[in-house]
Amino acid sequence: MNLYVCIKQVPDTETKIKLNADSSGIDSAGIKWIMSSYDEYGVEEALRIKEKTPGATVTAISAGPDRVVETLRTALAMGADNAIHVELPETADSAMTAKAIAMTLKKEPKVDLVFFGKEALDDGAAQVPQLVAAHLGIPSVTVVCGVEYSGTTMKCKREIEGGSFEMVEITAPAVVAGSKGLNDPRYATLPNIMKAKKKEVKAVKLAEIGVSSADQKVRMKNLQLPAAKQAGKKIEGDAGAQAHALAAALHNEAKVV
Amino acid sequence: MAKVVVFIEQREGKAKKASYELVAASAAAGNETHAVIIGDGIAGLANEAAQFGANKVHLVQDPGLKMYLGEAYSRALTAAIKSLNPEIVLAAHTPMGKELLPTVSVMVDGALASDCTSIAFSGGKLQLRRPIYSGKATAEVEFTGTGLQMATVRPNSIGLPKPDTSKTADASSISVDLSGLKTKILDVVKGTSARPDVTEASIVVSGGRSLKSADNFKILEDLADTVGAAVGASRAAVDAGYRPHRDQVGQTGKVVSPACYIACGISGAIQHLAGMRTSKVIVAINSDPQAPIFQIADYAIVGDLFQVVPALTNEFKKLKE
Ligand SMILES: Cc1cc2nc3c(=O)[nH]c(=O)nc-3n(C[C@H](O)[C@H](O)[C@H](O)COP(=O)(O)OP(=O)(O)OC[C@H]3O[C@@H](n4cnc5c(N)ncnc54)[C@H](O)[C@@H]3O)c2cc1C
Ligand SMILES: Cc1cc2nc3c(=O)[nH]c(=O)nc-3n(C[C@H](O)[C@H](O)[C@H](O)COP(=O)(O)OP(=O)(O)OC[C@H]3O[C@@H](n4cnc5c(N)ncnc54)[C@H](O)[C@@H]3O)c2cc1C
Repeated sequence: MNLYVCIKQVPDTETKIKLNADSSGIDSAGIKWIMSSYDEYGVEEALRIKEKTPGATVTAISAGPDRVVETLRTALAMGADNAIHVELPETADSAMTAKAIAMTLKKEPKVDLVFFGKEALDDGAAQVPQLVAAHLGIPSVTVVCGVEYSGTTMKCKREIEGGSFEMVEITAPAVVAGSKGLNDPRYATLPNIMKAKKKEVKAVKLAEIGVSSADQKVRMKNLQLPAAKQAGKKIEGDAGAQAHALAAALHNEAKVV
Repeated sequence: MAKVVVFIEQREGKAKKASYELVAASAAAGNETHAVIIGDGIAGLANEAAQFGANKVHLVQDPGLKMYLGEAYSRALTAAIKSLNPEIVLAAHTPMGKELLPTVSVMVDGALASDCTSIAFSGGKLQLRRPIYSGKATAEVEFTGTGLQMATVRPNSIGLPKPDTSKTADASSISVDLSGLKTKILDVVKGTSARPDVTEASIVVSGGRSLKSADNFKILEDLADTVGAAVGASRAAVDAGYRPHRDQVGQTGKVVSPACYIACGISGAIQHLAGMRTSKVIVAINSDPQAPIFQIADYAIVGDLFQVVPALTNEFKKLKE
């Protein structure tokens, strides 16, 4: 069984964002990069299937500049067998990213399951899993917080609004995008981190898979930091007076209550 | 002016407010606005869509569309887009819309900008902004080509006008072939909460670690219920088991954009701000005058939430009378 997991490298959640000179992107100096947290559920799920399935392999794929190799090593240290680095420019959009991942997967001998995170922690477009599935012509289910397996068929618990869940049946080959609740991702142990440093990471160039900047469909420009807010209105007095003044302000001034 | 298709999201025959926000915004900009409603036995929604401004309503109905299933709905929406041939397709960025639109974008070869928080129309082109880097910045999204433009828009980004209840729909049907589906919707397990979802409510009342117990959240629930608000929580409150994960607001929880966000005993960590920064009016109640949440608050109350919140509930009740 050939299992794949797609991981995105994103800035650590503590990162303070600074814009570059022409506001076309950010100043990436000093950013600490991590694996997007929802992708850890994908890695863990693939590893658990592998552990129960003799002969199964797990291959981690990440698209991006050279720095993403480091995040691929985290996946290897967690237990993935192979890693593929798709050399993608930093400015690629979801469409180009997905095309590059899909074309890489098409070159693989056989694809049974491809795991993703439900959305990337930084851009949160929630597009790449469904786009990859559509390019491969296989079904997908997203925001999966639980799976029951029977053979190649899976019963997926998909979280929707209001604390409700959809139960979706899907059969491999398929794309599954994981969310919190799916499992408890393991930590890489120190010996495994050391071993992962020596493992090979296969590099794939866009030209080899027929992807180019023509596959980019949207571009981001004119980045802005949130406008510094004017100091808010401080409401003084005892709790009763504060509550009274706040209710009046929300009703009469802000008109939201 | 452009030809615009808006996907009207419905569950059990009830349409999402967020879909009508898009219908109204498109119509107000003078676009030829087509509402597409997918489901089974949903013809009753057609007039509602017209009352928010849809010039035409298209129903894609089939027993196989009674419950949402990504694979089936993507075929239905694709059939509608192919038959209508619009320049723009819009949907709400909700659990349904955000799963559906990417799949459809490949099937119709469109370009998709997701999770936009600002939308305008200019000379047949969409003008969009979206948050990036978890809401720490925003960017303008520009389409590189001249083909079909698609976007999902975060609920509450625009606001909903009053419907014109005198209008009736000009409705027609579009058919879809659902044979050979590879997936199946088995069931929808309903949540028990009667309160609105944090991502959709126009008011969200959130509590942090300082609530100290699950039981103490009762005071926030009471406040929420007086104004039909949702109850949210910080990650610290969720990790402590006071609230379920689905209520968590922030970078690793839900991103919300209500008209009013009331943060009670929440410090305002960068990961929490990522989930609520785009709220229109932010109220912070915190005992520490130095708490970072005050930097983005429109109304600041330095005080003990256990005193202020019940008092506020009483004030809201008085407003209702
Ligand atoms: C300087 C800069 C400029 C940018 N410019 C643009 C731009 O012009 N237009 C634009 O749309 N975006 C731009 N981006 C955002 C970003 O590069 C892409 O949108 C992104 O690679 C796709 O991620 P997503 O947020 O759409 O992923 P989502 O669809 O939210 O991710 C869901 C899942 O897909 C998988 N996944 C996503 N990305 C990758 C990846 N690279 N490798 C492996 N798996 C992945 C992961 O499993 C992830 O959990 C820019 C980013 C930077 C840093
Ligand atoms: C990878 C990562 C992801 C994260 N994702 C999220 C996320 O999605 N959402 C999120 O919220 N956090 C997230 N966090 C956690 C975040 O960093 C903070 O730890 C968390 O938001 C703090 O929650 P809090 O404000 O409830 O608690 P605290 O920071 O402990 O703040 C409690 C506040 O309550 C005030 N207070 C105490 N008693 C009272 C009283 N009686 N009346 C009024 N005020 C009182 C205090 O002054 C203080 O400001 C994430 C962290 C990491 C590392």
